[in-house]
Amino acid sequence: MHSWRRLTTFLAIAVIACLAIVMASIVSMAGQQTPSPAAAYRAPRTKDGKPDLNGIWEANNSANYDIAPHNASSAPLKIEAAIGALAAIPPGLGIVEGGVLPYLPAALTQRKANFEKRFAEDPEAKCYLPGVPRFMYMPYPFQIIQGTDHIAMVSEYKSALRDIYMNSTKKAPADSWMGWSNGKWDGETLVIDTTGFNDRSWFDRSGDFHSDALHVVERITAASPYHLNYEATIEDPQVFSKPFKISMPLYRRMEKNLELLEYRCVEYSEELIYGKYRKVPLQ
Amino acid sequence: MSHKFPALIAGTLLTAAVVIGQQTPATRTPPPAAAGTTTKTLPPAAAAKAPVAAKPWVTPRTPDGQPDLQGYWTNATYAPLERAPANVTTNKLFFTKEEYDARVKQAAAADEAQTTPGTTGDVHYDFTQFGLDKSQNPFAQDMRTSMITDPPDGRIPAQTAEGQKRARERTAAYRPAGGYNAVQDIVIGSRCIIYNPPPGPPMLPQGYSGNYQIIQSRDSVMILFEQIGDVRIIPLDNRPAPPLSVRNTMGISRGHWDGDTLVVETTNFAERPQGRNAALAGISDNFKLIERFKRTGEDTFDYEFTVSDPETFVKPWTASMPFTRIKGPIFEAACHEGNYGIEDTMKGARMADKQATEAAGAKKPGQ
Repeated sequence: MHSWRRLTTFLAIAVIACLAIVMASIVSMAGQQTPSPAAAYRAPRTKDGKPDLNGIWEANNSANYDIAPHNASSAPLKIEAAIGALAAIPPGLGIVEGGVLPYLPAALTQRKANFEKRFAEDPEAKCYLPGVPRFMYMPYPFQIIQGTDHIAMVSEYKSALRDIYMNSTKKAPADSWMGWSNGKWDGETLVIDTTGFNDRSWFDRSGDFHSDALHVVERITAASPYHLNYEATIEDPQVFSKPFKISMPLYRRMEKNLELLEYRCVEYSEELIYGKYRKVPLQ
Repeated sequence: MSHKFPALIAGTLLTAAVVIGQQTPATRTPPPAAAGTTTKTLPPAAAAKAPVAAKPWVTPRTPDGQPDLQGYWTNATYAPLERAPANVTTNKLFFTKEEYDARVKQAAAADEAQTTPGTTGDVHYDFTQFGLDKSQNPFAQDMRTSMITDPPDGRIPAQTAEGQKRARERTAAYRPAGGYNAVQDIVIGSRCIIYNPPPGPPMLPQGYSGNYQIIQSRDSVMILFEQIGDVRIIPLDNRPAPPLSVRNTMGISRGHWDGDTLVVETTNFAERPQGRNAALAGISDNFKLIERFKRTGEDTFDYEFTVSDPETFVKPWTASMPFTRIKGPIFEAACHEGNYGIEDTMKGARMADKQATEAAGAKKPGQ
């Protein structure tokens, strides 16, 4: 009985919904040729006919704190005591599709350990290279420079460079922080396949991590003159039980004459790393 | 060679190995007869491709029609920046072939000289073991007695009293007295903050790994310097420079095309006493650098820079050098990320303190 009623109700709703969509479409088509949000945007072209992604871009989310959905929180009291609410972490819906990172059991234990020591061990605290995909949602602008055979992405964060080899099948000569990126155009979309990572970068300030088996496939598509759609499939069989996806917009920084300035954070990280060797400890 | 070689070197080993593995030493053609011009280098590949009857070389262009500066390059050379006083006296503009060969041989021998195991020199300067020295890398044959082309005597002009004072003060601040009490006592190059002397601008030849990558779009030129992975981005849209309150160690650059020459003006240099090379130690707020990049062949471009700073130098001065194509790739340097040289230095200093304290304590009872 119950299930019959449910089905009937569901069907009725479905029919009404379909009608509504059809009517809305008719109204929309009759009114003006308004493209639906899903309609493909065609980016301006470079002289060699590629979608033109040149410019300065930045994510505007709290994924650098935690790529998973998270509530606001504070740092341990000792840190809060020193810098107050500057130590607080803003909330965010995250960029992970489905909201959960599919950690293997041992990896989940490691992630928890990372979280506990995040203020000392996050590679960002030490001003280490951000890795991929973290580069893309660091709270710093990055610039895309589309060359002929290479696309450069340069972050304001310690001038970190992603050098994307276009139409190349070369493999990484050795593991590195930023990995080895081969790119190609799939219509409107820049597809970047990156391997050759070391196991030292984190995804965020919460200790989400990967191994040197990390494989990231990114798809970047201009969605308007002012934003790009970014998505990436992250695969690492040593850390995750299955691949997972992240997605977010990247926004064009619109300020007139904006340019990347120097952020040489090495010198801002040294007391954390080497402070224990001070002859006279800081008071 | 101890295993404790610094990260600065370690980070570049792979790159150097890759470069050497792929690159045959470039053929060095004799210098042109005309005085004051830069020697052109013609690697064997280009030479083979360019028989006598071939069409003249034309400047390669990007899809946007700009001269194409992209690729991997080095400005490694054995030419001195300034002309030696003896050569100024005799107005000697070029070394003879014999003199030049002897200079290169001598420099290569110095690079190759085996350092004493366990010494600082061994840890820091055993370049040949990893192919870091210039003689194993491609380098441009430049037989000039100075890279400085103006003033004509090949010497950096005299500095003003004010410039000399600034240079003295900054040099004194270069290495704080008192040893390794804190990491800040160590020079910035070793700490991987910026290579020392900075990779530019101006881009002066380095002791080793003086390798660059250029990627160019319609409106920007990016230059990667291998050491520490430093990046410059030069906008080409004639925008104004920001106020002088905004400063970069590598300055703030503006570029434009003057015919086939990329002209870059850089201002807004940060005062970085430890990082400036000696010739630029005294620069003032009004320091302005002009660089000119011009392709001269399939595997070369000419690089010229002019230093203008009337508050420091009594007149502007100009130097030039060729850049030679290398095959690449340039690998990630990640200097700071593996910098256990600093860790060991600081740890060693504290151990020395401890030993000194213990020795003093042990002495006391016997006194």
